[in-house]
Amino acid sequence: MRYVLIISSEEHTHIGLDPEAHRSLMDRYKQVQADLEKAGARQTEIRLRSIEHATTVRVRAGKTLITDGPFVETKDRIGGIFVIDVADLDEAIEWAKRIPQAEVGSVEIRPVWELEEFLD
Amino acid sequence: MTSDVRRRLEEAFREEHGLLLAAILRKARGFEVAEDALQEACSRALQAWPSTGVPKAPGAWLYRVALRCLIDCERRRRCDESALGEIAAEISEAEIGEAGGLEHAVGDESIPDERLRLVFTCCHPALAEEVRVALTLHALCGFTAADLGRAFLVREATMAQRLVRAKRRIRGTGIPYRVPRKADLPERLSAVLAVIYLIYNEGYAADPSAPLERRELATEARRLVTLLDRLLPGRAEVEGLGALLLLLEARRASRHDAEGRFVPLAEQDRSTWDGDLMAAGMARLERAISRDDVGPYALQAAIAAEHVRARHVDETDWRQIVRLYDALLATTASPVVALNRACAVAEVDGPEAGLAAIRDADLAAPLASYAYLHATVADLSERARRPAEEVRSAWERALRCSATDAERAFFSAKLDAGRRPDSTPPTGTSRPQDS
Repeated sequence: MRYVLIISSEEHTHIGLDPEAHRSLMDRYKQVQADLEKAGARQTEIRLRSIEHATTVRVRAGKTLITDGPFVETKDRIGGIFVIDVADLDEAIEWAKRIPQAEVGSVEIRPVWELEEFLD
Repeated sequence: MTSDVRRRLEEAFREEHGLLLAAILRKARGFEVAEDALQEACSRALQAWPSTGVPKAPGAWLYRVALRCLIDCERRRRCDESALGEIAAEISEAEIGEAGGLEHAVGDESIPDERLRLVFTCCHPALAEEVRVALTLHALCGFTAADLGRAFLVREATMAQRLVRAKRRIRGTGIPYRVPRKADLPERLSAVLAVIYLIYNEGYAADPSAPLERRELATEARRLVTLLDRLLPGRAEVEGLGALLLLLEARRASRHDAEGRFVPLAEQDRSTWDGDLMAAGMARLERAISRDDVGPYALQAAIAAEHVRARHVDETDWRQIVRLYDALLATTASPVVALNRACAVAEVDGPEAGLAAIRDADLAAPLASYAYLHATVADLSERARRPAEEVRSAWERALRCSATDAERAFFSAKLDAGRRPDSTPPTGTSRPQDS
């Protein structure tokens, strides 16, 4: 069985950490990663960029509605995720529009914070 | 000499900012890098020009030097010659020109026009509306954070931060620097036109006492739509917005009297409307409505044209205007459009019919803080000889919601007139956005 672990915390809890504390936080992540690898349980892990880089797509009556920021309707729950690799936001929006739930709910697009960008 | 150089540089920077930034962005990894290169080119110009003289094409000089700065900056960043090879290969020697004084022979036509991409990046729907407006004026019109602060009556630091965040978001979110594909073009183009219209409206609403930067927004918006028309020719909506701005501009000066008081459309001195702008607007409208993709901007221009056609307010063809508003409402379900339609209905079928149209369109909630809803209700109630109390409370609501000094003065005068027992109610007054 595959599981997606969705990590949540308040935004920016890591900001304001001194470099030493930030490094030790990242070391703990690396440790978990290494342990998962050893256990043969590692699929992939993803860190999302902060919500200021979120874009939400809805399709209503065939029209695409794009808003900046995350989707905050609390009655909605995360029902699944797609991880895609495309050239830019416009292509990501194209895919988001094709997800059926965009017509009744919404699809939030969050760029992945690539591992090499935040570990170094 | 130095002050002359500085002035010429500022002129070149302001005039060609959009052209330069767009061309440099094509070669750079994002906004910040491109802007740094352009800044660096400017400071080199300040060093070089006093002794070499100002080049014949200052923009082309800045472009070439900025490309060189881009390479230098990559070199410092990476210290990795193989990676450097990539970017250096993209910027050919021919584009940079020989190091030295050859730039004097180069004309501005040597800067490739990449502004269409830049327009779509700045007006991307994944950016908040006020960010699109600020970024478009900054990137394409060379407005600094200080200019933007004065134009939008907010602190310079607020604007500076808005721009920084916008650029960070463009990079972090992966908003592309390219013209949208054909299927997305109509939707994305209407987002661009909305930004230009917003910019125009800010300038149009400004009274003569507003800061220069704010009043100039109207001119910048007209420049932007003209540029867009050139880069993306043959589109009814681009031509329609162009026509609308010309027709509104033709009567902008008559919206305020010598003392800076607001003058409603019906009371404006039509002989002062600018004939050249009206003719240009009509010609562009003709072109727009001959195409098959006519939309909200061409329709609004057609309404503005009806006002311009009437030599006197009594000659206005209100029936035609109601028809145009009906067509407009079918394309955009906007409460402001519904309000303007109600005003036109009142001219055709009387003030009670206008008030009924406002009620039928359920405008009270969506336009609760819109001064012109209350002013229209007040004016129509007055003309329908409704109880004085009803009229007064509507003028009071309008006064509370008014945004400019000129509006406030206008509504106060209405209230005072209503308080005088022997006053005759003035007629045909407070039409707001008359398009």
